[in-house]
Amino acid sequence: MLNSELYLNPQIFDTNAERLPTRDGYGKGLVELGDTNSNIFVLTGDLAESTRAHHFLKKYPERFVECGVAEQNMMGVAAGLSLAGKIPFVSSYAVFVPGRNWDQLRVSVCYSKSNVKVAGAHAGISVGPDGATHQALEDLAITRVLPNLIVIVPCDMEETRKCTHAVAEIVGPCYFRFERDKTPVITTIKTPFKIGKANICWEGTHVTIAACGPLLYEALVAARELDAEGINAEVLNCHTLKPFDHSTLESSVQKTGCCVSVEDHQITGGLGGAIAESLGAHTPVPLERIGMPDHFGESGQTEELLTKYGMKAKDIANAAKRAIKRKV
Amino acid sequence: MLTSKRLRELEVIANTIRQDIITSLLAAKSGHSAGSLGMADVFTALYYEIAHITPETRAAEDRDRIVLSNAHICPVLYATLANRGYLPREELKTLRKLGTRLQGHSNNHFRPDLPIETCGGPLGQGLSQAIGMAIAARGNIQQNNADSEIKLPVWHTWCLTGDGELDEGQNWEAIMLAAKFQLHELTVFIDRNNIQIDGFTEDILPLDSLRAKFEAFNWHVIEVDGHNIQEIVDAANEARAIYERPTIILCHTIPGKGVDFMENRFEWHGKSPNAKEAKIALMELRTLGGQITSEHE
Repeated sequence: MLNSELYLNPQIFDTNAERLPTRDGYGKGLVELGDTNSNIFVLTGDLAESTRAHHFLKKYPERFVECGVAEQNMMGVAAGLSLAGKIPFVSSYAVFVPGRNWDQLRVSVCYSKSNVKVAGAHAGISVGPDGATHQALEDLAITRVLPNLIVIVPCDMEETRKCTHAVAEIVGPCYFRFERDKTPVITTIKTPFKIGKANICWEGTHVTIAACGPLLYEALVAARELDAEGINAEVLNCHTLKPFDHSTLESSVQKTGCCVSVEDHQITGGLGGAIAESLGAHTPVPLERIGMPDHFGESGQTEELLTKYGMKAKDIANAAKRAIKRKV
Repeated sequence: MLTSKRLRELEVIANTIRQDIITSLLAAKSGHSAGSLGMADVFTALYYEIAHITPETRAAEDRDRIVLSNAHICPVLYATLANRGYLPREELKTLRKLGTRLQGHSNNHFRPDLPIETCGGPLGQGLSQAIGMAIAARGNIQQNNADSEIKLPVWHTWCLTGDGELDEGQNWEAIMLAAKFQLHELTVFIDRNNIQIDGFTEDILPLDSLRAKFEAFNWHVIEVDGHNIQEIVDAANEARAIYERPTIILCHTIPGKGVDFMENRFEWHGKSPNAKEAKIALMELRTLGGQITSEHE
């Protein structure tokens, strides 16, 4: 059953359930922030429209820094702005930011504790036809390892909007990523969102399914299918990878005794990595990981790719069954 | 124009800073000698005459921002800060030691006590951050905020870079962006000492002509003798007066300046003196100090 305390979208499982691009939540959130805070600056590297930062550009051109296709400099400029009191949002594709400018993120931003917000758009294999070069499947691994950095993967348009607001309220560096395609709207305006606090979206006792990003939808569909087979899954929205909410995961696996991680990212270093580290340190239980199995992507439609690389609801359900079987 | 008395004072200070560099590097047993000694005159001019920041105003919102990009030459930064009264001279001997504020590459963790705005080290990162600070001084990306009803704090941003670090592509991205915004609130001192770790800059990856390059990128360029404090101060004044262009002050310096066996030798880029070498260096610097004094008497 969907957890009623979270006010999730009640029509989520309908065939015509609303689907919106997560990046629209970023564009919307930026304009809302710009309306109330004159310290908000937005930077991009020739990707204003793609990242939806162009809404901010239209309204506040004087606080929009178009850096050109020069991501290393862009991250440094953002650091400089923040060290002089501004709150800059760096907007680009996740393959370039932090892919192209990781050293600048490490030193100019994280080591300096600069108040920079880094938004990685077009993340995951779901970017589809552009192919492997543009599918950011490693960004969570290379950000999660950086001290001082908060790492967040919102699950839908509304949560991305909330995340954009939440990172602006924190003083310190944050990275969050979102996708291009329209994805099911899982949360509503009333759904709580707190950085560092996982949400229990579906309660159960047999297996924990911990997901982040839009694949949370597939995890919920899997939970519903498993329910029909008499298997009660518990689905967590682990939107914050760092700081990771160990206690919610631990309470869940103490009840269920096994876990499945779900993410649109390599199965190493991202959410699966964070969960493996957490379980290993606190509550060792069997873990199955859903995500990209140490492989580059390729061109294709989103659904085709998610199917080929085993990230659909049926793959999650099968992984849940494997995890249950492995319980001692 | 500086008075001849003031100029002499500054030259003596620069010489003291060089001695402090040697002493701190000796205590640290590692670190970068050549660039630190070479930039002592520029640092003296910047922290004593040019930048609008003093120990009393180090936390002021409208203080000038100084960004050290080639932070491996931080011994000269620390020695200058000590002489200028930002930190006790005794602390210089903690350079690179566990628990010190004087990290092997300077960082901004001790603001505002130590007026170090950024973390440096990996080359090529300072200029971009200086650009961010210069844009922030405007309050927006427009050319003017003079018409604005809100009075914003205004400061000038001074960035120091090495010449070897211009190999880094990030600099050229930054150079284009600063020109785009006509960032006249930004001035960059380039330490043109012609050496980097592996050898001479023109052998490693030729940089010349830097003047032609920067002019082509729509920057204002001034060349100075990096050991002539009067020239350095004059160039900074010119940079402040220039409108609609950021300025490069190309400082021609001698790496290892003041210590004969270090001068112009790239082997001293990343090396510190041992006790015997330090003794010779200090003796030489003290003698040179005497020569400078006599010249102006």
